[in-house]
Amino acid sequence: MKLYFRYFSIHLKSLMQYKASFLLLTVGQFITSFSAFLGIYFLMSRFHTVNGFALHEVLLFFAVTLMAFSLAECFARGFDVFPSMLGNGEFDRILLRPIHPVFQVIASKMEFSRVGRLLQAVLTFALAIGGGEVQWRWDKILLLVLMIFSGAVFFAALFVVGASFSFFSTEGLEVMNIFTDGGREFGRYPLSVYGKEMLRFYTFIVPMALFQYYPMLYILGRSENPWLCAAPLGILVFLLPVSLVWKLGVRHYRSTGS
Amino acid sequence: MTARGRLAGSLLPAKKYLALFRVRFQNEMQYRVAALAGVCTQFVWGFMEILLFRAFYQVGGEMPMTFSQLVTYEWLQQAFLALFMLWFWDKDIIEAITGGNIAYELARPMDLYNMWFTRVAAQRIARALLRCLPILLVAFLLPEPYRMSLPVSFGAFLLFVVSTALGLCVVAALTMLVYALTFFTMSASGVRIFAASIAELLSGAVVPLPFFPEKWRLLAELSPFAAVQNLPLRLYSGNLAGDEALFYLGMQVFWLVALVLLGRILLRLMRRRLVVQGG
Repeated sequence: MKLYFRYFSIHLKSLMQYKASFLLLTVGQFITSFSAFLGIYFLMSRFHTVNGFALHEVLLFFAVTLMAFSLAECFARGFDVFPSMLGNGEFDRILLRPIHPVFQVIASKMEFSRVGRLLQAVLTFALAIGGGEVQWRWDKILLLVLMIFSGAVFFAALFVVGASFSFFSTEGLEVMNIFTDGGREFGRYPLSVYGKEMLRFYTFIVPMALFQYYPMLYILGRSENPWLCAAPLGILVFLLPVSLVWKLGVRHYRSTGS
Repeated sequence: MTARGRLAGSLLPAKKYLALFRVRFQNEMQYRVAALAGVCTQFVWGFMEILLFRAFYQVGGEMPMTFSQLVTYEWLQQAFLALFMLWFWDKDIIEAITGGNIAYELARPMDLYNMWFTRVAAQRIARALLRCLPILLVAFLLPEPYRMSLPVSFGAFLLFVVSTALGLCVVAALTMLVYALTFFTMSASGVRIFAASIAELLSGAVVPLPFFPEKWRLLAELSPFAAVQNLPLRLYSGNLAGDEALFYLGMQVFWLVALVLLGRILLRLMRRRLVVQGG
């Protein structure tokens, strides 16, 4: 942990050498997610409700997904750019060091410009919480934090899956975008709007609904079932096959030798 | 002029541009697996958007587009994404501008604006051709509410083709404008990101323009961005027809001329300021 903070401060220091470009990127990230926000706003002000959810409720789903995604991008970006690490031999060096490779990949890159998106998520939260009718008790706040955190773990796990595939092939990796960028885009709305089959897919195959949908039903008072609060923990189960894929990949790894 | 320059200059002008097209095509054909991955991604994207709108249509109320028109709009949008997306830049051109290779580009016996314009358009056409057929094929074969429909009439189809070509030119002109601005700021990543998001929204890439609130719709329709994909996709499904269609086609031509002129002026200003250092 101490080592991580050391990496963290080094990244931060090196970033502060390029303040202007950091600021620009951050603003850019903010604007990008702002047009997604406007898209929701336009549709919701015409229809008022979708699948039984009102604007402020939809915004909560949007904010949770956006925040989880940007946290994952901020801290697990190393896995997102992993193919280039394989290409330039950086991974060989990582394997030689006496620290766990997963830790090193995570620590090797931090994308602070995602703060722009994070800010968007925070503002959306403020809007959603300010305008909504949810009774915020401490257990609900705690649950919300847990949702965001497990969501970040979920997206980070997807990055790891993509990185693991790059051990086998460098072509066609863009397909992973269906789940990573797709998760961010489709998670703007409650996952139930896409129909029963899609909800099932996002529950059992790519378990995004475990942090985005089911616990939110409890927060919004749609269900009193306390078990829904435990749903985010299901993401931990998802980590099992992910770590298996990663191990398979590392075993398959042959250095390019350069 | 050098001997080589004279030789190239003596070729028919059209031939030069055709050669540019060919190179871009061959380039694009090298990335077939990436294209396949792109096709899959775009297909899922289109399908999810349609499912989302299905939920909104179940709410009911007065709809500015029929569901079948919307489905067709979404499939066309995904199929021709490469033609119309506003966040796609040619890395080589940007590097030429910031890195100084621009000197070589200027040494070529072609007009810089025409050359880059052709290059931008060619790349987009090559990408779109490779990707649109599988998406359209599947979209035409899907079961009913999700199936893409044929154009409402032959006339609508003709208008669609014309305004698609014009829309592509507007995209290329907008792209040229961004490149020209890159000369002045040397990074322009801010300009590019802005173009990538606000312009996407106003062009109807996030939500089709008919679903916008009244004021926003007006703003979008008067902007050059509505001349990109909003128009051809709505002409195809008959969502826009008659005098209204002709009016917006006129707008499209107007924006094309205006953007090309502006881009040319900016590029000329740039050339006057440009100092190429040797080495």
